[in-house]
Amino acid sequence: MSNAEHHEGTRRDFLYYATAGAGAVATGAAVWPLVNQMNPSADVLALSSIRVDVSGVSEGSQITVKWLGKPVFIRRRTEAEVQEARSVDLSDLPDPIARNANLDGQAEATDENRALDDTGEWLVQMGVCTHLGCVPLGNAGDYTVEGGVGGWFCPCHGSHYDTSGRIRRGPAPENLPVPPAEFVDETTILLG
Amino acid sequence: MSGIPHDHYEPSTGGEKWLHKRLPIVGLMYDTLMIPTPKNLNWMWIWGIVLAFCLALQIITGIVLVMHYTPHVDLAFASIEHIMRNVNGGAMLRYLHMNGASLFFVAVYAHIFRGLYYGSYKAPREITWIIGMLIYLLMMGTAFMGYVLPWGQMSFWGATVITGLFGAIPFVGESIQTWLLGGPAVDNATLNRFFSLHYLLPFVIAGLVIVHIWAFHTTGNNNPTGVEVRRTSKADAEKDTLPFWPYFVIKDLFALAVILVVFFAVVGFMPNYLGHPDNYIEANPLVTPAHIVPEWYFLPFYAILRAFDGDVWVVIAASFLTGGIVDAKFFGVLAMFGSIAVMALVPWLDTSSVRSGRYRPMFKWWFWLFVVNFFVLMWVGAMPAEGIYPYIALIGSTYWFAYFLVILPLLGVLEKPLPQPDTIEDDFKAHYGKSSSTEGAPSATPAE
Repeated sequence: MSNAEHHEGTRRDFLYYATAGAGAVATGAAVWPLVNQMNPSADVLALSSIRVDVSGVSEGSQITVKWLGKPVFIRRRTEAEVQEARSVDLSDLPDPIARNANLDGQAEATDENRALDDTGEWLVQMGVCTHLGCVPLGNAGDYTVEGGVGGWFCPCHGSHYDTSGRIRRGPAPENLPVPPAEFVDETTILLG
Repeated sequence: MSGIPHDHYEPSTGGEKWLHKRLPIVGLMYDTLMIPTPKNLNWMWIWGIVLAFCLALQIITGIVLVMHYTPHVDLAFASIEHIMRNVNGGAMLRYLHMNGASLFFVAVYAHIFRGLYYGSYKAPREITWIIGMLIYLLMMGTAFMGYVLPWGQMSFWGATVITGLFGAIPFVGESIQTWLLGGPAVDNATLNRFFSLHYLLPFVIAGLVIVHIWAFHTTGNNNPTGVEVRRTSKADAEKDTLPFWPYFVIKDLFALAVILVVFFAVVGFMPNYLGHPDNYIEANPLVTPAHIVPEWYFLPFYAILRAFDGDVWVVIAASFLTGGIVDAKFFGVLAMFGSIAVMALVPWLDTSSVRSGRYRPMFKWWFWLFVVNFFVLMWVGAMPAEGIYPYIALIGSTYWFAYFLVILPLLGVLEKPLPQPDTIEDDFKAHYGKSSSTEGAPSATPAE
């Protein structure tokens, strides 16, 4: 073929690349909606904030509410749990970051940085193990106080969390995350 | 199709000639069914037909179950109970489908171990092996999504844990997980898409099965000696082989009948033996079952996933070398997928020039240790991640990788193989005496 001697770009080469390029763009444009339809739909995204009445929660007990399809632990801690959480040396923590969505991303994992109020009575955190997403059991694991109060244990792969919800032992890499939360009045917590 | 020399279909009547000229479909089926098959195949060569039966069973029972199932978080669990209690023969259909998945995996593991022992993955059968591994991956995906559909506690939490694996991917993991789930957690969107894909993938598997068969019909079957069928002439080839129909079809159907006796005994008398009672509790996103265990066929890989926690030195080293990008969680995920990846690469990892394990004295020991290790991992995967179990899982996982990455490459160099027979015919005569193939033509004695 005489074409073999034409090494510089020909009209045919240009048409070839232009057609292939247009075909690639058209294919991508056709595939994208098929991929994007799997992202969360508008009604799922709409359920992003809820109010929780905590007037019925007594000291040393915990409620679990569903927020964004996941459980949130709202715990009213005893004095002993708070003391235990605040006496821990930060160098003993596998994850040194507070993981509190209400603070900046690098805040230290002190109990003060994780509790909802200054006294540390209220602790709000996601009830989702940071390993593979199971719901940890309350008042369980190696970091309870006074014979089995406080602390969490994930039964799936054996992660132990202390009375502040910080990972202490096991495969989970991070502390239980604290979601955006605040008291809007004496007895109501706003999540999200 | 190139292959072993044999007689091809010749249309005889006018009607056959008319059709053959326009669509040679009868010829294609004839050549597929009459393929020359090594006559020394043993009982480990029956799993292919069992697998074909399982795929058909799952597709047929699945299609009728869908006529009664409702993929919605509020109705899915109740619709399964509706199938069990109200639908005519529904309990039987569902139990067949549930236990059919288990039979499918029993057969696929036997089929894979057969291939590993007799070197069926070696040249020129690498493509058959790779396609087989793809089918196996799709089977696992299909089984996993199918297990989510009854919307029991194990369904929900299994889905949460397994989709959580994708969340472990650095940087983009969380977006991928949300995309897979269709929301922040496993919910109705997840159930619906899993239902759609669970219906789709078996047909993709069926397509790959055709490619799998096409590939090994081109290279010819492997056999227990690993010696190739002679292709020098049709007469030579016929001394080593018998046509698939009727000899091997009858043999395979007999084996299938025996296996189905056991299968129907399980389906009829102990249909929930391989399941988990927790899956008869409706899914509850706020309560995790005390002990999340996958189905038995995933346990070895679940054990590998859990084996690598933050205290293992390779995990610490990987984390250090990547600046913390590869943490314990991601390492476990990489190990789990890597364990299947190394198996897929075995055609290039096994350096031995001898195909069949029968003539490899050292390989045999390592192979059987590999099989025992598989069952140890299966057992430890069902145990809680406490006490001695994580150590056993770690040793077992290490052996899994060592077998493919160290032992098989080295054995090819270190091992002195035993002498192999020159032809399949010689091996066959050694087993069954001379009477069976005096003229080289198929006589009254069938293979095996």
